[in-house]
Amino acid sequence: MSLREAGAITGVGETKYMRGTDRTPISLAMEASLNAIADAGLKPTDIDGIIPYGMGAVAEDYVTNFGIADLRFSATTPMGGASPVASIQCAMAVIQAGICKHVLLALGRTGYSGSRIGNRVQQMPQFKTIGEFEMPSGAIAPPQLYAVMARRHFEMYGTTSRQLAEIAVTTRQHAIMNPRATMQRPMTIEDHQASRMISDPFRLLDCSMESDGAAAVIVSAPDIAKDLRKKPVIVMGIAEGHPDSPSAISQRPDMTTLGLAKAAPRAFEMAGVKHADIDVAEVYDCFTYIVMCQLEDMGFCKKGEGGGFVENGALGINGRLPVNTHGGLLSEAHMAGMNHIVELTRQLRGEAAVQVKDAEIGLVTGYGDLGDGSIAIMRRAA
Amino acid sequence: MSEVYDKLVPDPAADTKPFWDALHEGKFRLQRCADCKKVRHYPRPVCDACFSMNAEWVEASGRGMVHSWTITHHAFHPGFKVDLPFMLLTVDLEEGVRMQAQARGIAEGDLKVGLKVKVGFERVKADLTLAVFEPG
Ligand SMILES: [Zn+2]
Repeated sequence: MSLREAGAITGVGETKYMRGTDRTPISLAMEASLNAIADAGLKPTDIDGIIPYGMGAVAEDYVTNFGIADLRFSATTPMGGASPVASIQCAMAVIQAGICKHVLLALGRTGYSGSRIGNRVQQMPQFKTIGEFEMPSGAIAPPQLYAVMARRHFEMYGTTSRQLAEIAVTTRQHAIMNPRATMQRPMTIEDHQASRMISDPFRLLDCSMESDGAAAVIVSAPDIAKDLRKKPVIVMGIAEGHPDSPSAISQRPDMTTLGLAKAAPRAFEMAGVKHADIDVAEVYDCFTYIVMCQLEDMGFCKKGEGGGFVENGALGINGRLPVNTHGGLLSEAHMAGMNHIVELTRQLRGEAAVQVKDAEIGLVTGYGDLGDGSIAIMRRAA
Repeated sequence: MSEVYDKLVPDPAADTKPFWDALHEGKFRLQRCADCKKVRHYPRPVCDACFSMNAEWVEASGRGMVHSWTITHHAFHPGFKVDLPFMLLTVDLEEGVRMQAQARGIAEGDLKVGLKVKVGFERVKADLTLAVFEPG
């Protein structure tokens, strides 16, 4: 038994993405969820499973606000930015088991107006080890923790900051064509190279932004999905993967390999597709380097060849592999990758702001918590 | 040593306290499986090679080679502003585990994978000593 095509994305929604709000994460999450439910042509009370993001609104908030009489399942997948895509796997499993018909995945956050990520990380139980052994030396925030992986990649494979700049620039080009995206100012490689150093080799423009807003996705049983308002997007393959030494990057035998390297072969095998079949990829982009590393870990190129792979606009809308067509976390908004699922769904419906022509099959990844990975491969309905 | 130490501090538990106690005495000790003798870091209850929960603490050389690094220019916590920019090294220790700490007395231009370093001790407040890496 496998989860192949055991679920379909039937509804997606978001709030306006902002930098500055006095609204609560719960209020934002409810608005995005109502938008996703309406997009699917469902009523809020049709939701019978909820997988909220690990911070912000909890399942009880949705039950209370939506008047759900008999919630049949709730869980969280505590994998940071890998959670939203990993939650698709969890949703498909409970759908296949007959527990639920429509599972809501939702995230609302005030990353800009509320507590910054550097402060949030210290309070998370999965970071207890580095909280004791690394944070006292000043290694506190993701840019610092991940910069060490990037530096190792630079030293082993000759990867350069200009190659990372290619990712930031291409992503910004997509954002400028997407009215939902926060960052609308053009960026050049020189702009990237002139941006201030945060934690070497990461410059400011290697880092994603902080945002206020919410995004939500409905995963439905495939037999019901075909009768809903929009054409369903079918999940062909799904997997999560956890890296070696998941609690401390410093102890990881190969710190240039992420959990996604374990998940991707499973997802491709389940989906029964090859890399050449992928028309569009929404790849978790908390940092430029993490995009490049995931492209390697998924097998789009060999380990160490990611720098060359992303050069010359290869990830652009007309490039060899269009990546982060919405502008990603780098330039659309930081919705912990829920916005990447929203975007892939729109691409495969043919309703994206920056549409890849005739996109039939695509993938979305998640990454978080020092190296956890997740991946979903999807297709448009026939 | 400043009057007020406003950086993040460790909060050792029974599994990890011997490491910190040793550092505070100017000694560098690592945890080792008492049965199969595999050294492990960071300290934890179970040996992942033989699943023994019997552990011992052994004097380690403190010598190692740079595996990777970052130089931080932005303080993510107000207490670390005074240190900017600071160099964080990830080091392969001779005992086969890695450790991460700030560097002392190492020039950015000299940084490379394989650079030899050794553990030093910095008493940062009355009850806390941190490890640092010095030229080896
Ligand atoms: Zn053992």
